Amino acid sequence: MHSKQDKKPSIIWFQGLTCNGNTHSFLNLENLEKLLDKFELLSHPTLPSTQDFKTITDCTLICDIFIFEGTYDPLMKRNNVLVSNIIEHYSKYAKYIIAAGSCASFGGIFRSSAPQRNSGILFVEQEKSGPLLSYERKVINISGCPLHPQWLSYTLNMIEKGNNIEIDSLHRPIELYSNLAHHGCTKNEYFEWKVDTENFGEKEGCLFYKQGCRAPMTHASCNKILWNEVSSKTRVGTPCFGCTEPNFPRSNLFSTKTNMSIPEDVPLGVPKRNYLTITGIAKTFHIKRLEGKLIDYKTTD
Amino acid sequence: MARMTKEERKTTIISAALQLFSERGFYITTIPDIAKKVGMSVGNFYNYFNSKDILAKELIIYISEYLGRNIRVINEKESSTEEKIYEIVSMYFNMADEEPEMIEYFLRVYLSNREIFGDGCEGMLCVSPFVTEMMMFFNDGVECGKLHNQDFFSAFGLFMGYLGGMVFLFGEKILPEPLEWYKESISQNIYNALKTR
Repeated sequence: MHSKQDKKPSIIWFQGLTCNGNTHSFLNLENLEKLLDKFELLSHPTLPSTQDFKTITDCTLICDIFIFEGTYDPLMKRNNVLVSNIIEHYSKYAKYIIAAGSCASFGGIFRSSAPQRNSGILFVEQEKSGPLLSYERKVINISGCPLHPQWLSYTLNMIEKGNNIEIDSLHRPIELYSNLAHHGCTKNEYFEWKVDTENFGEKEGCLFYKQGCRAPMTHASCNKILWNEVSSKTRVGTPCFGCTEPNFPRSNLFSTKTNMSIPEDVPLGVPKRNYLTITGIAKTFHIKRLEGKLIDYKTTD
Repeated sequence: MARMTKEERKTTIISAALQLFSERGFYITTIPDIAKKVGMSVGNFYNYFNSKDILAKELIIYISEYLGRNIRVINEKESSTEEKIYEIVSMYFNMADEEPEMIEYFLRVYLSNREIFGDGCEGMLCVSPFVTEMMMFFNDGVECGKLHNQDFFSAFGLFMGYLGGMVFLFGEKILPEPLEWYKESISQNIYNALKTR
């Protein structure tokens, strides 16, 4: 007779070329223990798990959920076994394959160092031509640099409950990636009235015009599902780097690329001509309240 | 003969007002003068525009939309940046030649009587269609690698200030040659000043 314990879906978390950022991010999940109770963790880079690493690289077992972190490098070996052979084995038998983070999803930072060779497991940037093409139906990308722990938690919970996870054309869960990082940003009023900030780390002013913020062009729910349940990059005055998108990383992350003072990229789906019209008009007005520090507010403004 | 629609009548008033304002000046021209020129009663005039200030703002929007429409046609062509500069210069000079009241109004009324346009016409409010198209022109020029990436207003001032200055000289009858004669050299000068270094 099988106990309830036996029916827990099994997980192997395996790393390619990575900085461990996603592993560390996942450790910040508020209810990590509660989540892990629902699964059998066969292998993980840092968490207690039931199998040793040699068993994993020997490919003598299988798992329900195969989580791959890092860029895929076809020449890379772990324990003297080609990573390509290892992921082929686990992907073949897994019900779900999760690309944890932007490197595993699209190639990310480690693809930049060897763009001819390295890639994500299913995508090479936005092109679906990675090594797991034959298992594409199983692949879920949780992009982000690093991934948001609650995004992975959501995905694992949905799998454990047997629910269907709808994905977008880049294989990201729609529930998590249909929002833009701009949605829920506490600086939205500054964006509306085109009041920019000169500095980083301020509560006031929008980072879109000068500091390189890509929130209006980036699919991510960072300002809806907050980081560590309290904040986000843009809320503390740091630009969104667009890290969930296939073209991440870009260069000059802290400055907005402009053509004659006009942002090269404008909010997603907005024609540039329309954007310029509305911007020019909004900039005409000087809203005194938005020019001061929030802490100096007066109820009579 | 078919009766004019309200819109057509409005355009007639705009055209007459442009002519009078640019010839006589904004303050000297009165609403009775404009009404007389279009052959309507002063009372009827107020059915179209509530005041001279409102008319003044409508006129600048009208000119801005006219310029914006024409520059947009040029922006959407497949031609090179250099050719587009020539076409914008050409369009502007043709307009100064054929419909001088529009440019005259812009230079002599809009730019010279800012107090009229302070409320409801400040900043980009009334000139947005025109400035937006110039932004698109500069943006496209940088994007295709032909124009030097610099501050928008530095480039805009160089381009439009130059054209405005030439039309002003033309209006003052200082230019020894007709505007047409200067199109080529001015376009070349603008391109040389703005091109990628």
